[in-house]
Amino acid sequence: MSAPLLSIQDMSHYFGGLKAVSDFSFDVPEGVIYGLIGPNGSGKTTCFNLITGIYTPTQGKILFQGENIVGQKPFRIVHKGIARTFQNLRIFSNLTVIDNIRVARHFTTRAGLFASFLRLPSFLKEQDQVRDETMELIKLMHLEKRAYDLAKNLPYGELRRLEVARALATRPKLMLLDEPAAGMNPKETEDLMNLVRRVRDEFKVTIFLIEHHMKFVTGICERVKVIDFGTTIAEGKPEDVVKETKVLEAYLGRKAVVC
Amino acid sequence: MDKMKLPKLAIAGAIFYVIVQILIVTGVLNGYFVVIINRSMIFVILAATLNLINGITGQFSLGHMGFAAVGAYVSGTITTLIFKLSPHVFTDNLIFIAAIILGGCAAAVVGFLIGFPSLRLKGDYLAIVTLGFGEIIRTILNNIDYVGGPRGLLGIPKFSDFTVIFLFTFFTIVLLRNLVQSSHGRAMLSIRENELASELSGVNTTHYKVLGFVVGAFFAGIAGGLLAHLLQIAHPTQYGFYASSILLIMVYAGGMGSLTGSIIAAFSLTFLTEGLRVGIDWLRDSVGIPIGTEWTMVIYALLLIFIMLFKTEGFMGMRESKVLIIEEKHV
Repeated sequence: MSAPLLSIQDMSHYFGGLKAVSDFSFDVPEGVIYGLIGPNGSGKTTCFNLITGIYTPTQGKILFQGENIVGQKPFRIVHKGIARTFQNLRIFSNLTVIDNIRVARHFTTRAGLFASFLRLPSFLKEQDQVRDETMELIKLMHLEKRAYDLAKNLPYGELRRLEVARALATRPKLMLLDEPAAGMNPKETEDLMNLVRRVRDEFKVTIFLIEHHMKFVTGICERVKVIDFGTTIAEGKPEDVVKETKVLEAYLGRKAVVC
Repeated sequence: MDKMKLPKLAIAGAIFYVIVQILIVTGVLNGYFVVIINRSMIFVILAATLNLINGITGQFSLGHMGFAAVGAYVSGTITTLIFKLSPHVFTDNLIFIAAIILGGCAAAVVGFLIGFPSLRLKGDYLAIVTLGFGEIIRTILNNIDYVGGPRGLLGIPKFSDFTVIFLFTFFTIVLLRNLVQSSHGRAMLSIRENELASELSGVNTTHYKVLGFVVGAFFAGIAGGLLAHLLQIAHPTQYGFYASSILLIMVYAGGMGSLTGSIIAAFSLTFLTEGLRVGIDWLRDSVGIPIGTEWTMVIYALLLIFIMLFKTEGFMGMRESKVLIIEEKHV
């Protein structure tokens, strides 16, 4: 068996005296859809912030393709192949849809500052190429009618797809989705599940997602990890995990389980 | 497709140039008006480059005139020195242009030295650092006898005429437009929109904040050089906080992030300043109301309040005139 794509080893993080994440260890194998679930405030988003370099873990290692990425700047981690979306959307509202995605293609372009200042042929050629590739992503997300609209004029569901497109444009190997189904109705959730599967299959991207939505998690994830108060309480296949007492306790409270 | 669209701005520039030139030659515009137009164009450079820092990259600089001061003093010192050594050389405009560009480079270096440590700061803190920087530059210039100290740098040869200033302004706008509508420009815009998302889209945000600062400083230095060679003097008080805040008003009045807005605001506010000066002189001398020209700042402040209350996004908002947009083939 090959080494896992992402391997977290004994990762802990404190905010002052508060233990937000405590002794996390887990592996995300290549090619799976991996879910991290847990009640509010259980440390899920903190975990994502640690992996993407927004926070530096107090202790522990984060190995991505065997390399420890702890302490690297967020944009460098993106360059290595980890992209993410946000729980509360972070869209470039005053840019067009196509420009939102092109920002994420920026670091793979080579045209220098002077070529851009003077619009040299090398710049123009690359610009056309980036535009065409971006359009492919836009079509995949069914946003082609919106390509030249300002992002702030898009409805919520389309913005979610735009964020996924922007993350994909960085050509990630691992994509972190922070509550992708938040605020979606059942039909939209269903579409999203298909989209996530398509992204995994067509782009060969490993998916690591955080979600509250149990139906979504059991419907799409191949492995899940349940955490509460910063510690792991269960791990395994989604259908097995949801039956575990500890998990039910965390979600419903102890009394509910006893009764 | 780009080759077809590029001339639009060139045509607009040519029309402006020819009309003003005709008005000058036919004597419709006297020397006084030409100076105001020249000043307006210099302020176009200053406002547009401050817009690159404040409006496009989303940082907050209060000391933009400090960079202009560096450009003015460096280029002014060079041309004055050469002029003293050998007046004949000065039949050659090339030395003047080289001096102006050197002034811009010096300002860019200063911009890098200021920007590199301070752009890690955000919002208010950055504003304070840049405010301090502008005042430090002014104080330093006030205390260097070699460049005239509080008397200012005198006897700078007059080299900035309408044509030279126009060309510098035109090319500054072209280059800024090209930058903003490139991959690098989009990286800068994304920082303004959402710094965290920008970083997590792979943009080296520190790099682009510093870059915006350095490019802005370079062109501000050029504008300073042009101004010094227009007025034939560089004086520390020209480059203080007062002047920087006027630039800020231009950027806000025109629209944060809109080069078109900065161009319009630089022209209107420069003309407004002159109009107010004439108006206030008239009120004092003919009507007998005892007020001085310092009241222009009061009116400026009121203007800023009105913009903030009733037209928050400024004259153009974030929009650009079609002339300044490089059309892209929609696929």
